[in-house]
Amino acid sequence: MFRRKWIAAATLGALLLAGQAMAQDKKVIAVSIPAADHGWTAGIVYHAQAAAKEINAAFPNVEVVVKTSPSAAEQVSALEDLSASRKLDALVILPYSSEELTQPVKAIKDMGTFITVVDRGLTDASVQDLYLAGDNIAVGTNTAKFMIDKLGGKGDVVVLRGIPTVIDDERIKGFQDTIKGTNLKVLDIQYAHWNSDEAFKLMQDYLAKYPHIDAVWANDDDMLLGVLEAVKQSGRTDIKLALGGNGMKDIVKKVIDGDAMTPVETPYPPSMIKTAIYMTVANLIGQAPVRGTVKLDAPLITQANAKEYYFPDSPF
Amino acid sequence: MAVMTESAPGRRALDLNVSWTDIGPFLALAALLVVGYLINPDFLSATNLANVITRSAFIAIIAVGATFVISSGGLDLSVGSMAAFITGITIMFMNTVAPHAGSWAIPAGMAVAILVGLLCGLANGLIVTVGRIEPFIATLGTMGIFRALITYLTDGGTIPIDRSLREAYRPVYFGTVAGIPVPILISIAVAAVASFILYKMKYGRKCAAVGANEDVARYSGISVIRTRTVAYIVQGVCVAIAAICYVPRLGAATPTTGQLWELQVITAVVIGGTALRGGKGHVWGTVAGAVILELIANLMVLSDFVSEYLVAAVQGVIIIIAMLIQRFSNSK
Repeated sequence: MFRRKWIAAATLGALLLAGQAMAQDKKVIAVSIPAADHGWTAGIVYHAQAAAKEINAAFPNVEVVVKTSPSAAEQVSALEDLSASRKLDALVILPYSSEELTQPVKAIKDMGTFITVVDRGLTDASVQDLYLAGDNIAVGTNTAKFMIDKLGGKGDVVVLRGIPTVIDDERIKGFQDTIKGTNLKVLDIQYAHWNSDEAFKLMQDYLAKYPHIDAVWANDDDMLLGVLEAVKQSGRTDIKLALGGNGMKDIVKKVIDGDAMTPVETPYPPSMIKTAIYMTVANLIGQAPVRGTVKLDAPLITQANAKEYYFPDSPF
Repeated sequence: MAVMTESAPGRRALDLNVSWTDIGPFLALAALLVVGYLINPDFLSATNLANVITRSAFIAIIAVGATFVISSGGLDLSVGSMAAFITGITIMFMNTVAPHAGSWAIPAGMAVAILVGLLCGLANGLIVTVGRIEPFIATLGTMGIFRALITYLTDGGTIPIDRSLREAYRPVYFGTVAGIPVPILISIAVAAVASFILYKMKYGRKCAAVGANEDVARYSGISVIRTRTVAYIVQGVCVAIAAICYVPRLGAATPTTGQLWELQVITAVVIGGTALRGGKGHVWGTVAGAVILELIANLMVLSDFVSEYLVAAVQGVIIIIAMLIQRFSNSK
């Protein structure tokens, strides 16, 4: 009994020592992201884990650790846990909220960690070594441009917006600024909270209210699914376009298949977390300079380039 | 037996009250229809009404179950998450069986849904009664559990139903019998069975007795534990029936399915005239309450004078006004 305990203790000690030695050799990159609670964050988790796997396999001296948190408060705790046990060479974070995470991230930066922030910027921009985000205004702008082009500059449009946030406001602003001066008229605009069920109901109501609709824009693909179901049920033929946004695989598949009502898609791809992780590794390993701000464009996904944005294995 | 004799003298006064509470929701419903028509004549178009009432079926069916739970003095916050969980399990089961069984996967999946709903309800019931935990806390716990399970099953994304089943299953939400959408018929059937149980069977009286006064009920030989547990089981089965109607609508389960349904359900029950503290349940009032909620939301979109930012506030005001009208008409 006594002997066995000794052996166990010795083994444990050896393991700890080995772990310590490994940690010293390896460069550690912590990735802190929201837990998957809807399609887009599920995509974030998928792509972060894919990047971690690829990089851990490609660079033996790099260790990417992915940690998901279900709320801002828990993300703060996760940061403390991640940095307490070892020194982090870099932190890639998609913060739940800018205000709450700025101080905790600054504390980690003060320990000499390289900070990469994705999607939502911190309130103190000096904390970020690298800031990478998509372009929400372009999501609205590019969708509007396509609609104007396709409808010949005139038509009746209904819009479904998401949850009142900066992201939603920017998309709507990009759209409205672009259609200004054209004969494209927004008949109605209401919140459907980026939720398929609410979008289904709202679209049913739009269809009851307006006898003629040329195009629908749901600024997110979850909502677009509800919209398409409502249009299908109504049997109406006046709706020429129903567009979404974000790059959900089901919708990108429609684009690939040449769907008439949804011929294009605008990306706000969750795969951007992968871009951020790779760039951070490039800095740590290859000494490639990456400090600064990177804004991914939201180019139209068309049948020609859709393959680039299609991830059949991703949950989103 | 004691309960019977005790309540007998007050019976006539009670009847008057009851009739007001019974009519209240329907008066509110009628008023809403008139107001809606004045605001936008399209409101009363057959298509719009059919859409809205069909949509309210999920909340109505679940709320009928909630009428049992609330009437017996309980509360169930887990119904929304439970609906999502049952939807997920049902779709996964159907998808697994589809290659072997073809369209038979659909009825088989429905049976699984009912079974899972029954077990979920039983779990809630036992935690509350045998575990003697406050219903609010117990079902808050299971609410989190069911929500986490569906998120886990979907990897945070979506579980879509197999394409081969999609068309065959579609009529359960989109189909009509004699011009009436199927979900409406299902909710009427559920409410009819529920009102039979609640008003014509012994169990219904036990339910109201336990909800009105637990101690008196116990002294008169009613098993409080069994009565409440059965109420939660009924709730679970109702959630399963709602899930069965829900699956064909969008053909998928996601982590956001059924979010905040619990609050709509409780609101529908209370608008319907059942007191939150327990006592007599009003099944048909509950159904009217569910329809009222959905009509208000519909009216917000069809009318032009509410800013999109204020919709929720106006809905809240309408619900409170409706409750106030009931309160004052009751006290007369």
